[in-house]
Amino acid sequence: MNGDAAIVAAGLAHTYGDVQALRGVDFQVRRGTLVALLGPNGGGKTTLLRILTTLEPPQQGSASVLGLDVARDRAAVRRRIGVVFQSPALDLRLSVQENLRHHGHLYGMRGRALGSRITAELERFELVARRDARVATLSGGMRRRVELAKALLTEPEVLLLDEPTVGLDPLARQDLWRELGHVRDRGATVLLTTHLLDEVEACDRVAILDQGRIVVEGEPAALCAAVGGDIVRFEARDPERLAALLASSCGVTPVVHGGEVRLEGVATEIARRVLLEFPEEVRSVTWARPTLADVFAHATGRSVVDAELLPEAVRT
Amino acid sequence: MSALATASLAQRELVRFLRQRSRVTGALATPLVFWLALGAGLGRSFRPIGAPDGTSALAFLFPGTVLLMVLFTAIFATISLIEDRQSGFLQSVRVAPIPSWSLVLGNVLGGTTLAVGQGALLLLLAPLTGVHLGWGSALTTLAMLALVAFALGALGFAIAWRVDSTAGYHAVMNLLLMPMWMLSGALFPQQGAAGWMQVLMTFNPMTYALAAVRRCMASGAPAATLDGMPPLGMAVMVTALAALLAILAAMHAVGRTTRRQAI
Repeated sequence: MNGDAAIVAAGLAHTYGDVQALRGVDFQVRRGTLVALLGPNGGGKTTLLRILTTLEPPQQGSASVLGLDVARDRAAVRRRIGVVFQSPALDLRLSVQENLRHHGHLYGMRGRALGSRITAELERFELVARRDARVATLSGGMRRRVELAKALLTEPEVLLLDEPTVGLDPLARQDLWRELGHVRDRGATVLLTTHLLDEVEACDRVAILDQGRIVVEGEPAALCAAVGGDIVRFEARDPERLAALLASSCGVTPVVHGGEVRLEGVATEIARRVLLEFPEEVRSVTWARPTLADVFAHATGRSVVDAELLPEAVRT
Repeated sequence: MSALATASLAQRELVRFLRQRSRVTGALATPLVFWLALGAGLGRSFRPIGAPDGTSALAFLFPGTVLLMVLFTAIFATISLIEDRQSGFLQSVRVAPIPSWSLVLGNVLGGTTLAVGQGALLLLLAPLTGVHLGWGSALTTLAMLALVAFALGALGFAIAWRVDSTAGYHAVMNLLLMPMWMLSGALFPQQGAAGWMQVLMTFNPMTYALAAVRRCMASGAPAATLDGMPPLGMAVMVTALAALLAILAAMHAVGRTTRRQAI
């Protein structure tokens, strides 16, 4: 898909002192898709994004955006991307409109053309009434909208966002996702990072970045299906004992983490047997279709709890 | 496009400054209070060597006060750099398609404009000290202040780029910039100082900045000049050289962190 790729990373490796942030990342994003880089904090997402936004040249390997090398064609890459950083990049002392105008100037936009672009973005994000309000007076959700308006002001072909939903309430997050969908539908490519599992299902594709490597990549539904079958979790009185029982009587090797015994694949049939044969070992049983949490656990051998990769509802 | 970006960055500094009332008051009022307290306090007990008879302390200290205010204003403008980095704003400027010198110049020119504006306000007070500036000397003084502000802003930028907190920056300011001002001849003439101090003052670029400001203001006020001060041409040249070195240092600092890791 190389000719069709908006973003290509090949063999990216990066270290900060003793910390190896990226250990050979190969990754592509097709044009016109909405893709999430999912992974725990410290997994290398931000480093990858810093390289793609040209803030840092790759130490090893290469990366290109729209066919332009991020190290050699830095200025050309910058002109064609829009970036939303994790920490708010708005001047709180300026008004909404002043922030946008300043941003436009940095991209060589001016005069009436800039004015009409600003108005268009303000209308799109329902900010017209607040155009003269200082950003400091706006709510967190509204600031995110201003930030998105700012990043889209220059009509970038590729939009890169680092943890854009952090700190937003559920309603504001929904709005943001809807808007990102619209951006993609108009033909732009959107790549964002997140450590929140429950929101990436709306993406076309998801890549899981863990400990500096892409461990799995694909469409969310396909990834879930690939984990295979159903998943049953037993809350056991003595997890190790239940695991041993399962191994000896059913010939399966369950995974034990936390107080939980977990079975994949043939789980449904075995769950029935457990309940019939040794119900006294089990406190509760949960049956589920695989989710991205299972995809993560499957690919990394760690639970999402250990990786602090939790749905926001659980975190807060 | 870079000129537009630079102008926009500079304008942003102005707007930000003017919207923070405490900063405006601080930069303008602190030197004023200093001047009035010290000038009126010293009164007739202060008689600078080399100055014409009857030079009041207020008149003697006035050029130094103007310089101090330029110092405060130019320096405060570069503090916004640290704030911008902490808030995350700087990141979005760093990924914009502008050369890094545009970022440096925008910040420094913004600070320079502010400093000259405040300097002009302060010059309006000159008649109170018995100094009557003609239009000519007022304009040359302002031009000189612009050069000094540019140099100080660039120096402040080079420092601020490496410092990661405003508290750290204040420490540098108190340890480096304030002593430079104190040893510039703003508070006492060089010739009356101890020998080693005179040597220090000779190597202090701010001595030349102050000499240039005093000499520019001189046509209206003989009291502002002193014997033994560096001549105007030399003072301007040393200040211009300092400005050049400072702006190169600032651009070097930004360039280096563009290649390595920053923010």
